[in-house]
Amino acid sequence: MFFFILKRLAQSVLVMAVVSAVSFSLFNFVGDPVNNMVGQDATREQRIEIRQQLGLDDPILTQYARFLGNMVQGDFGLSYRIKRPVDELILERLPATLELVFVSAIIALVVGISLGVYTGIRRKSWISRVILSVSLVGVSLPTFIIGIALIYLFAVHLRWLPSSGRSGTVELGWWKTSFLSVDGWRAIILPSITLSLFQLTLILRLVRAEMLEVMRTDFIKFARARGLAERAINFRHALRNTLVPVITIIGLNIGGLIAFSVITETVFQWPGTGLMFIQAVDFVDVPIMAAYLVFVALLFVLINLVVDILYFVVDPRIRLGD
Amino acid sequence: MTRWERFKDNDIVWSFLSSPGAMIAAAITVISILACLFAPLIAPFDPFDPSQISLWDGKLPPAWSDGGQPQYLLGTDNQGRDMLSTILYGGRLSILVGLAAVCLGMVLGVTLGVISGYVGGVTDAVIMRIADVQLTIPGILLAILINGVGRAFLPLELRQEFAVYVVIIAIGLTDWPQFARVARGATMVEANKEYVQAARIIGLPAWLIMIRHVLPNTLRPVLVIATIGLALAIIAEATLSFLGQGIPPTTPSLGTLIRVGNEYLFSGLWWITFFPAIALVVLVFAVNLLGDWMRDALNPKLR
Repeated sequence: MFFFILKRLAQSVLVMAVVSAVSFSLFNFVGDPVNNMVGQDATREQRIEIRQQLGLDDPILTQYARFLGNMVQGDFGLSYRIKRPVDELILERLPATLELVFVSAIIALVVGISLGVYTGIRRKSWISRVILSVSLVGVSLPTFIIGIALIYLFAVHLRWLPSSGRSGTVELGWWKTSFLSVDGWRAIILPSITLSLFQLTLILRLVRAEMLEVMRTDFIKFARARGLAERAINFRHALRNTLVPVITIIGLNIGGLIAFSVITETVFQWPGTGLMFIQAVDFVDVPIMAAYLVFVALLFVLINLVVDILYFVVDPRIRLGD
Repeated sequence: MTRWERFKDNDIVWSFLSSPGAMIAAAITVISILACLFAPLIAPFDPFDPSQISLWDGKLPPAWSDGGQPQYLLGTDNQGRDMLSTILYGGRLSILVGLAAVCLGMVLGVTLGVISGYVGGVTDAVIMRIADVQLTIPGILLAILINGVGRAFLPLELRQEFAVYVVIIAIGLTDWPQFARVARGATMVEANKEYVQAARIIGLPAWLIMIRHVLPNTLRPVLVIATIGLALAIIAEATLSFLGQGIPPTTPSLGTLIRVGNEYLFSGLWWITFFPAIALVVLVFAVNLLGDWMRDALNPKLR
């Protein structure tokens, strides 16, 4: 167990080293950092002075070490465009993304698992067939098209919900939340449904497949033979045993939600970190791009580490097999 | 037996002819690919020829609704371009970018996969570790990141011109681990078979065995991954273009068209975004169905 986790840790450190090297090289190869700091009319002497102040004359490895040191402390410098510290900007926009991902994850898990269990148990009913066909179409629909369709239907046509933006936020210290006002909830409904749909279909299909598998096993047949109620068999025996793969899915699910939040946030102009990244790419705002790169990599590395360890804890077969 | 009867006797062909879903999917895929590839011959207008565009004809609804004109079957966009023609040209670009990206991913992935499976040892461990790590990050996010970084490295004036190539590289680089895994698995099975051992005994160099003997036998499963990968690549390109990070509006792809049309959705000009979106969804759905069928037909374990 210890060795296993150590191996995974080493792998995580390696990934972070590669990603940080890429973001470091962004600073050096994209544009001239000095030009981004001073105006057009700066003299040659001023430029040289800033060059030395920034330490751009040092050997490349020294610069990289300094970059790593700053990165560990969360310091990515000033945004070229907004002229404010990048870590501040990210922290400011993080609640919007996290709340969106949170609501979507709940929708995807609750609806996905219930529909998965239903279609797994009532395999032949026509409702199951309809659900499965719809989920197949869902896989082929790109996220942004689902978003546009929902906006057109509920915001433009029916005028029930706002089409974009995040309104009605309440401040809890530095954290701005959508959860404490009606307007906040109205604004988060469409983006979170859009974001959850793809993951929902994945979870549905996985849970269904697992249920079908478990229902064929001997201990379910034995439970039937003992005359247990159908309800007890389905939920106490079958569903429980499908939950191991679901844990991995929750991990992948959160990762996938963060990935697709870039798209959803752009469609709905949701002021989160994903939208900030896309805007940063448009304006070649290198500090934000570099920070987002490192931030996302760190998130994925952490999620994977936690999932690996959980897997180990939950399923004794893996522990014994190692 | 005639040649046709022998052809029909082939199990894959039989499975194809007895599956209506696969035949419809294949028909839609082939028709849309042909329609897009021959867009310059079929399309009623050339959307890139300024002499055929008139701003006076802009924002016309489809021909069957009020105010529509018969020569513009699906209406016109904000600049007066015929929607049907723009979609055909846009679809052409989408399909070409998708194919190129899948080819790049396939060449890269299969090469690394075959080497990994045949050589084994440290080489195998390193290549597969990289693939594992990459697979934990969702493809679309990685494509957005690589594309963003790639664009940032280009000087501003070249960014539009090379946008297509950056997109192809970004999607291709996210694709390869799937191919590598499948090719490696197939290679490891083949490498232990007698004909490979025989080739080794007569002293053929490893690269020749890999290319001439192992590679052809890994292509079946690779083909399945490539078909599903094509659907994913088309979606990825559309997504990048929709985010404004992909193909520039001067030579629009389906994603770019949807992005442009999206700005007119609120003023009720639904057809500018609706028809390209439908074209994209139908194309992707057909390719997906085809991939699904191929996976079942080419996988002897499922038969």
